[in-house]
Amino acid sequence: MIELDTTDRALLRLLVEDATQTASALGRHLGLSQPATWRRMRRLQDAGVIKSQRLDLDAEALGFGVTVFLGVKLATKGRVSIADFERAVSAIPEVQTVEHILGLYDYRLRVVARDISDFERVLRRRIMMLPGVGDVEANVLLSEERRAGPIG
Amino acid sequence: MLDDTDRRLLRHYQHGPDLALAELADQAGLTPGTCARRLERLRDAGIIRANRAVIDWRALGYEVEVSLRITLEKSEPRAFDDFLAAARDVPEVVEIQTFLGRVDVRLSVIARDMGHYQEIYRSAILAMPHIADIEALMHVARIKSDEVLPI
Repeated sequence: MIELDTTDRALLRLLVEDATQTASALGRHLGLSQPATWRRMRRLQDAGVIKSQRLDLDAEALGFGVTVFLGVKLATKGRVSIADFERAVSAIPEVQTVEHILGLYDYRLRVVARDISDFERVLRRRIMMLPGVGDVEANVLLSEERRAGPIG
Repeated sequence: MLDDTDRRLLRHYQHGPDLALAELADQAGLTPGTCARRLERLRDAGIIRANRAVIDWRALGYEVEVSLRITLEKSEPRAFDDFLAAARDVPEVVEIQTFLGRVDVRLSVIARDMGHYQEIYRSAILAMPHIADIEALMHVARIKSDEVLPI
């Protein structure tokens, strides 16, 4: 496991804000030379700390006014293959994330829709049609904050 | 205000946020100059908020991720504000969401191992104000996580 110093943590925070910054721009923030910054970025990438990049879009401005989290329980465990369910649910474009969880539900889905009636369409025609789907609980997202986490 | 070209560009950019400008332009069927101008306009309009690095907490030794679904004491008018302020003070809380539904708030909490999680739960989470009920869900695996919008 990789150990981070204060500068690494500051570098990570900058990259979470904006991953498109150049090594020299980042270096100016951190008081490092361009090659020193580049070496640190390289080390974080090689250790797998930076998994990927994500485009942060204004969903509402793009016409997606509703985000709903669904807790899904599989009804007929054993009869329906988990792999079939996972493949089918991941193929639904409105389903943004699929997490396998342990507890009250088996899966947690993040679903976007244009409005509540569009969400109803996705729920009835797509989600409820999935192989093996059982109880579904819906919670409509009101606000969301992503925190810096333990690198803050 | 968005035309089909903007939508096409955003579709490709969402699937390849780490693409170089020339590659992205090529995929979207634009010249690099047009592509850069359109991206700039989408950023200025606030449609593109940011292009963020995603941290893999496991690579930093955080093996455990727990979703805490919390119901608050709604008789207390400041319940939400007080609770959210306390949640923001815990570094291991990486996501805070509020809902309309059976659950009021969900916290995503990361920990190095179950022992560490128990410590956070007892010392930080249970100390948060106005909690009526907590349910914990343990993350097993992420099946899909690109968070792409179906533009």
